[in-house]
Amino acid sequence: MARIEVPMPQMGESIAEGTVSVWRKKIGDRVERDEPIMEISTDKVDAEIPSPAAGVIAEIVVTEGQTVEVGTIVCYIETEAGAGAGAQPAAAPSAPAAAQAEPAPSAGATQAPSAPAAAQAPSQPASANGAGPASLEERLRTRSTPLVRKIAAEHGVDVAAVQGTGRSGRVTKDDILRHVEEQKHAPAARPAAPAQKPAAPAQRPAAPEYEGGFPWGEFYTSVEHPAVAAGPNDRVEPMSRMTQIIAQNMVLSRRVSPHVHSYFEVDYTRIDRVRGKNKRTWEEQGVKITYTHFIAWAVARALREHPKLNASLSATEVIYRAEVNLGIAVALDNGLIVPVVKNADELSIVGLAKRVNDVATRARSKKLSPDEIQGGTFTITNPGIFGTTIGFPIINQPQVAILGVGGVEMRPAVVSDEYGNHAIVPRKRGYLSLGYDHRLVNGADGDQFLARVKQIMETFPEQA
Amino acid sequence: MQTETMTRPLEVRRLGLLSYADGLALQAELVKQRRAGEIPDTLLLLQHPHVITLGSGAHEENVLVSPEERAERGIELFETGRGGDVTYHGPGQLVGYPIFDLKPDRCDLHRYLRDVEEALIGVLAEFGLEGGRKEGLTGVWVGDRKLAAIGVRVSSGWITSHGFALNVSTDLSFFGTIVPCGIRDHGVGSISEELGRRVEMEEVEAAAVRSMEAIFGMQAGAHTG
Repeated sequence: MARIEVPMPQMGESIAEGTVSVWRKKIGDRVERDEPIMEISTDKVDAEIPSPAAGVIAEIVVTEGQTVEVGTIVCYIETEAGAGAGAQPAAAPSAPAAAQAEPAPSAGATQAPSAPAAAQAPSQPASANGAGPASLEERLRTRSTPLVRKIAAEHGVDVAAVQGTGRSGRVTKDDILRHVEEQKHAPAARPAAPAQKPAAPAQRPAAPEYEGGFPWGEFYTSVEHPAVAAGPNDRVEPMSRMTQIIAQNMVLSRRVSPHVHSYFEVDYTRIDRVRGKNKRTWEEQGVKITYTHFIAWAVARALREHPKLNASLSATEVIYRAEVNLGIAVALDNGLIVPVVKNADELSIVGLAKRVNDVATRARSKKLSPDEIQGGTFTITNPGIFGTTIGFPIINQPQVAILGVGGVEMRPAVVSDEYGNHAIVPRKRGYLSLGYDHRLVNGADGDQFLARVKQIMETFPEQA
Repeated sequence: MQTETMTRPLEVRRLGLLSYADGLALQAELVKQRRAGEIPDTLLLLQHPHVITLGSGAHEENVLVSPEERAERGIELFETGRGGDVTYHGPGQLVGYPIFDLKPDRCDLHRYLRDVEEALIGVLAEFGLEGGRKEGLTGVWVGDRKLAAIGVRVSSGWITSHGFALNVSTDLSFFGTIVPCGIRDHGVGSISEELGRRVEMEEVEAAAVRSMEAIFGMQAGAHTG
């Protein structure tokens, strides 16, 4: 057996990335060489991607709807010994690499790649029976948009089993959500789990709880909130589940990590110019790019260069994360949640913006799947949108740093020309603050990282 | 220096009016046959009855008519396996479905799109119209009006299907039922409207064959089926 990597193929000279629109195969499926395993879409083109080898799909890394750069590994295939062995030079080295990734026991990140794949499995029965090239007919039959199929996958619903009320019997988003509600209330639906394919459990070790991703030592685990007396006219209500989790995480983070904060002022003039120049093109690609997206893009790149900021501490070890998975804090009406954009450093600014907007929207509508709030390696929080000038955020454990974005406004700034003349001019500026864990990240590390983020933002490339 | 003219045979099938469903089925079959090498590169030329189609990137809100209104106006609706958003097909529009094998020297999705655009620009040129591209907006435009929409699929083995829809004498009011390709700010146009005279479908079909031959280095032998 050999495990080979299947990268996002280069489908044209000017094509730098592709969006996986449909997986035709699921984990455990046999594929023949050149048999289509997935479809990708780029502007105006849908294309089937054939398998580079015969074997069995071992792992799916990039899920439907995700956009990744050419060359990014989308899945792994286990080939039989000898079968086309010469064609896969990557095969041998990849197996030990996978084994090395195991020792990190706490790492939410190590589970992350398999979790989305597992989450997707329930959506597959719709296409499994037609496995071959029947995709056109299949899509007509299941009558749903990629978005709907995605939602269905998140809820583990087989689209084909849902009664469609949309145009020509298409299954709409509401149909799926209603179906999910009905399943919840139908007691008979409970034994759904055993009905799943026996192959699945191996992929997903009992879905970890949101707050359980971090192996808190005994010393840190107990958070007791002191009792406080209420006045006669005060309103008293029980803490919501979300508030309990936030309260626990914040107390523990303060207890675990000695926080240090640094802040830099960043000039947004360049970003404004890049944005102005590309606005139309980006709008045509269906996305509005905001400062948050520029910052996230710059941070993702800077993290790649500063692995210490993209790490975790575990007892006596430092875990440098292989992936840059950006957590984006999203304020909700009654709380806060941090969805994660995986492999953020591999996305173009448009790809990144789409992913950020997608998870933020679904965070607000409470439609995130559990694996989408796990595996973050660094967090960005943007209280600046509420007008704050600067904030000193608390680290999202078990990460070691968090970036706070302050409001951006016109400020008087001193600029100098090449002759040494100085002038005070209005410039768009805002503060970025970095909260970091001084156990691992020293002042020099934190400041160099932040200086790099500032530098990227102030010299932002026109084509990012 | 010598220029080798490596022309590939092209089979053109003029199918007249064909329902969208039949068109899909035929394409699926031909893609299989082309992949197996049973047929040469094939260009289907046809017209569809009124139909709205949703590509894989479709936003349903870009369909602006209710199912009732659609039924009343006799417009079908389909979800398809091509790239792109929403479009409309109907009588007076030349639909071209190239079932081409892009191997060995044309394996580039963007290049293929640009080549189809180039062929359509060539068709318009034969009628004295200056067609152009808009950056980021696949299709062929005259001024701010889109005359041709493009949405393609490339199946395993680099076999193409779906293709282009060129407005010849289309009743453009039907585009009011959708936001074409999700683009709100631009209009649609047709060859007849641009020229201020009615242009016959046969003329445009002939021009399309000539232009595809030129751009893709092919030589057509006609086939009416």
